[in-house]
Amino acid sequence: MAEAGGRDSAGGGRAAPILRVEGLALRYLTRQGDVRALEDVSFALARGESLGLVGESGCGKTSLANCLMRLLPDNARLTGGEVLLDGEDVLLLSEDEIRSVRWRRISLVFQAAMNSLDPVYRVGQQVLEAIEAHGVETTATGGRERVARLFRLVGLDAGVFERYPHELSGGMRQRAVIAMALACDPDIVIADEPTTALDVIVQDRILRELKRIQEELGISIIYITHDMAVVAEVTDRVGVMYAGRLVELGETASVFGSPLHPYTEALMSSFPSVTGAKRPLASLAGEPPDLADPPPGCAFHPRCAHATALCREQRPPRVGLGDQWAECWHPLAADAVPLGGD
Amino acid sequence: MQGDGETVRTPDQPLVDVDGLVKLFPIAGNVFRKPSGFVHAVDGVSFRIERGESLGLVGESGCGKTTVGKLLVKLLEPTSGSIAFRFTDAGGADIPGGRVDPSTLKGRQLRDFRRQVQLIFQDPYESMNPRRTIYDTIAEPVSVQGIGSALDRVDRVAEILSLVGLTPPSAFLFRYPHELSGGQRQRVAIARALILEPSLVVADEPTSMLDVSSRTGIMSLMQELASGLGVAYLYITHDLAVARYMCDRIAVMYMGKIVEMAETEELLRNPLHPYTRALLSAVPVPDPGHHRPPPAISGEVTAPVDPPARCRFYDRCPLATRSCETSPHPPVEEKARGHVVACYEA
Repeated sequence: MAEAGGRDSAGGGRAAPILRVEGLALRYLTRQGDVRALEDVSFALARGESLGLVGESGCGKTSLANCLMRLLPDNARLTGGEVLLDGEDVLLLSEDEIRSVRWRRISLVFQAAMNSLDPVYRVGQQVLEAIEAHGVETTATGGRERVARLFRLVGLDAGVFERYPHELSGGMRQRAVIAMALACDPDIVIADEPTTALDVIVQDRILRELKRIQEELGISIIYITHDMAVVAEVTDRVGVMYAGRLVELGETASVFGSPLHPYTEALMSSFPSVTGAKRPLASLAGEPPDLADPPPGCAFHPRCAHATALCREQRPPRVGLGDQWAECWHPLAADAVPLGGD
Repeated sequence: MQGDGETVRTPDQPLVDVDGLVKLFPIAGNVFRKPSGFVHAVDGVSFRIERGESLGLVGESGCGKTTVGKLLVKLLEPTSGSIAFRFTDAGGADIPGGRVDPSTLKGRQLRDFRRQVQLIFQDPYESMNPRRTIYDTIAEPVSVQGIGSALDRVDRVAEILSLVGLTPPSAFLFRYPHELSGGQRQRVAIARALILEPSLVVADEPTSMLDVSSRTGIMSLMQELASGLGVAYLYITHDLAVARYMCDRIAVMYMGKIVEMAETEELLRNPLHPYTRALLSAVPVPDPGHHRPPPAISGEVTAPVDPPARCRFYDRCPLATRSCETSPHPPVEEKARGHVVACYEA
């Protein structure tokens, strides 16, 4: 399989990856049939790295986060692949065993985090509860001190402990939720659209804060977002998802500098910017495919300007250029070479 | 006011002229008591929109931009200040009853006004009745206005569906909102707003719920239709990058006040107000090689509850001086041609 290649490219030759996802496949059983939410997703995450996962609604990015956390609804079925955390497959752990991983080693900052605080409890109490539930601190004073430390870390003053969520601004609530995600000293934080509901000035502060915290604690962060500008600013590497597949992965600078997949290019050229010359925005015709009935061949072919008969019939191969790869029959860089493996 | 103006052509008079608009919302005191204070949601806002022009109203949540939009379409009544519309025919000549002050309208005149001014909401999932077909949704304004026969209406709806890119219309006419994607629903919302051929469309964050790939399509559709039909927009958004593409001019709002207003590229290249500068420098740039320094602004937005008379931006301003503290909120001044700023230090 693509194992050797995957291992080498993990984190671009930095330290051994802390997380490796191989061939992950997930389906949701619905009345309309099986929805193929994830199909053959593989990537590695290095210690201290920040990885972006971008794509549009329904591309599977939140499903992927939920897989990594093992927080899946009842109708979800993992149909293949592994999620190796320091070599141990998280998907094989029992419900009891996963409790020592979830929140303690991998934690999640939810999308719409503003609403993930319980309105009837004081904010500090909620963070304290998370700490106690996982047995990170056993004494009351130890727990309180830890909350105070976490609040300092995320830039909240100690007085926030006694406040209720509705008394806080959106930015402060977001900080509290980040404090909660950091409560058990995780190695990996998944931030699912962490700033989508926030105003730009607050977003800017939260993203800078996350970066500082990441450097201070040496944690890895997976940013899940639809915002190409945020990805460009905060990630080391970026993976582009389309219709449940990772269609391109590489160093952020290389992917933005020379995308291999036409979908990546379309995403980037449809994103407006306030700086630089005003260039016309590209628009992408059509809609993403129905994952209960995905098109044959490359899932992007109905919307792709480069599509040929080959694309309509056969799964595209993985082609690469240095550390960057894409799944495409007609990559945008002529010197991209087919990668071995499947 | 009516008699002398109706036949005279005055092309330089704007479509909308807003002057000193104020909207205060009372904060409930105890039962039977008078309000404990007022939120100054919109506090002395003045601007003009020309025929066919797109004015962007940009600012953070709570700055009052949506309230301005609601005042313009008469979903809210202003506390004080004036709004004057001047509707004309396609050639720019006055039409009977074309000079309108929405606060005085009733009955038939109000119905005529509703035909001229339309609204597009942010959320295409919430703004449509799920039990009504696309045809019902789009035809409703036409039947309320009593235009044409039932048969004409089908033709008219089909025509506008193809205009907004939902083709073939027959495939969409009798479907329900849940069968459409977000982008398609927003096209329906645009069709509903444009079927009466309004003069002004107030668009409140029309693309912020959409994915990148459908967003660009909606943006260019709105631009094409505006130039084709001569529609003016008040385009309300928090996203300066989107405003850059959608607006001829941009007005930046902060705590109920317009702090700066200029032509779009002029505003982006040469922002004068410290708030505009902070806002612009906080926008992420989709270029990994670009280094963006932190914006020069402190603190957080607070609700404008009975704010002090001084500059609204004083508490967060990097340029604030002692005289800013004691002076009233700065007046709007023209610093360059068509570029107005409300700041003593800019």
